[in-house]
Amino acid sequence: MLMKAVTQKNDPTMRQNKFDVTRIREDFPILKEKVHGKPLVYLDNGATSQKPQAVIDALNHYYSAENSNIHRGVHYLSEQATAAYEAARGKVREFLNARADKEIIFVRGTTEAINLVAQSYGRSFLNAGDEIIVSAMEHHSNIVPWQMLCEQVGAKLRVIPINHDGEIVMEEFRRLLGDKSKLVSVTHVSNALGTVVPVKEIVALAHQRGVPVLLDGAQAVPHLKVDVQDLGCDFYAFSGHKMFGPTGVGVLYGRAELLEKMPPYQGGGDMISLVTFEKTHYNVLPYKFEAGTPHIAGGIGLGAAIDYLAALDWHEVAAHEHRLLSYATAALSDIEGLRIIGTAKDKAGVLSFVFDHVHAHDVGTILDQEGVAVRAGHHCAMPVMQRFGVPATTRVSFAFYNTIEEIDVLVGAIRRVLKVFS
Amino acid sequence: MSELDELYQEVILDHNKSPRNFREMANANRKAEGYNPLCGDHVTVFLRLEDGVIRDISFQGSGCAISKASASMMTAELKGKDEAAAQALFENVHQMLTGDAADDQLDSRVGKLRILSGVCKFPARVKCASLAWHTVHAALKGESQPATTE
Repeated sequence: MLMKAVTQKNDPTMRQNKFDVTRIREDFPILKEKVHGKPLVYLDNGATSQKPQAVIDALNHYYSAENSNIHRGVHYLSEQATAAYEAARGKVREFLNARADKEIIFVRGTTEAINLVAQSYGRSFLNAGDEIIVSAMEHHSNIVPWQMLCEQVGAKLRVIPINHDGEIVMEEFRRLLGDKSKLVSVTHVSNALGTVVPVKEIVALAHQRGVPVLLDGAQAVPHLKVDVQDLGCDFYAFSGHKMFGPTGVGVLYGRAELLEKMPPYQGGGDMISLVTFEKTHYNVLPYKFEAGTPHIAGGIGLGAAIDYLAALDWHEVAAHEHRLLSYATAALSDIEGLRIIGTAKDKAGVLSFVFDHVHAHDVGTILDQEGVAVRAGHHCAMPVMQRFGVPATTRVSFAFYNTIEEIDVLVGAIRRVLKVFS
Repeated sequence: MSELDELYQEVILDHNKSPRNFREMANANRKAEGYNPLCGDHVTVFLRLEDGVIRDISFQGSGCAISKASASMMTAELKGKDEAAAQALFENVHQMLTGDAADDQLDSRVGKLRILSGVCKFPARVKCASLAWHTVHAALKGESQPATTE
């Protein structure tokens, strides 16, 4: 499912479209909205994706017909809700090709998943002088939890540099991996640059030295088919809302063997099997890590999003997204003064750019007036901005419901920016 | 005039292109940093304050057209003003940017700076325009912590 950025703008195949995007768009009610009187062109999918009617209906159905607490009621509704919630866990297992449902922990999102691993695994198994390896293109949520852990246990954070295209320098990773390395945590797809990271290779290298690997899959799951057994990773984290599901729910996949060894992250209801004031026995996986009433509707909604994705032909989806990225890369490259940040060979869904004389915020405001929604700023990846020596970028991020025509609207809107700042 | 044209008026674009007093000040006796954590915009304001009067003022930093133009116009307006007048202008500008100042009072309350009033139609950009003002406010109060727009 990898997409390669190419720039042959006269390629006649680019406008051909086997994938029926018009029909797909019908599934997403928000895409009919207008913004400032213009049709919404939603190109901020990296921040959050839109939701298909099936997901909205699943949430509605849960609250209208099934709402009750799970894992505790003997009554009918509770059984219905429990079954629906646990069915969603099964869908996630299948989606990731994990071995068992117990390896799927529902969390609030990618951020909580990473914090869970840092605080549970990290505080138990890392000591002073140990090293955690991240890359130079991580989201803040894959930096700060490790810095907090480092302060707590005296470990050190090491950073794999990236090259000017925004690709991980693998020789440097090999050099950083050593006896002190105790954990590697890298992104699967960069949220700021769109780089698809060769995570399988990273996992293999780390495992040669017995170092476990966490992959931040927040930006990968909306674009790539993920198979955790094939990748071989020890942990995989993602958010529901970036893959067409609800906000407030996400997933931590962990290999059962590691999860079994790890202490609970939070204490409370549902994560126990027996509580006395003398001693508490923890529940089995995955409940050991799910204290308190979870986001039941969110889990069910995420299950509906996975069903929706499973019904799509992913070869066609990938081809369509490839076409969008290639077309947009070529079209934007033609704009004078525009510089694309992030030119990796393998990219997915993201196109970041800057102008020397126009700040990203001004670009964002003017595009918004044309109905075009993009992200302008540091994308919660300030070290990436520092690496490229820019204060901020404008980020266009695609989903499979975007169209070539929308990219034409984007290009027209960028031309308006240049007119204002001429 | 459209809301967008009102935001990016000629004067604002000119201040963005050639910001006034955009320099470090070697003999400043007050200095404050301002920072917008939301977008990473960063500004440093330098002051030379003598007998309660702003004798010289300058700024440096990076940000969007609105934040740069606002900072530039601010330095031009504040030069020569005493602390009380600067403080009053800070309050008035703040009210204008948040849309809390009546239109017919703008001339008397903020003078030329009313050109920035279009910002209040763009809630996401209010902090861009107010960053330099929060920073000069901190510099006048002699605060050592960086000012933020939060």
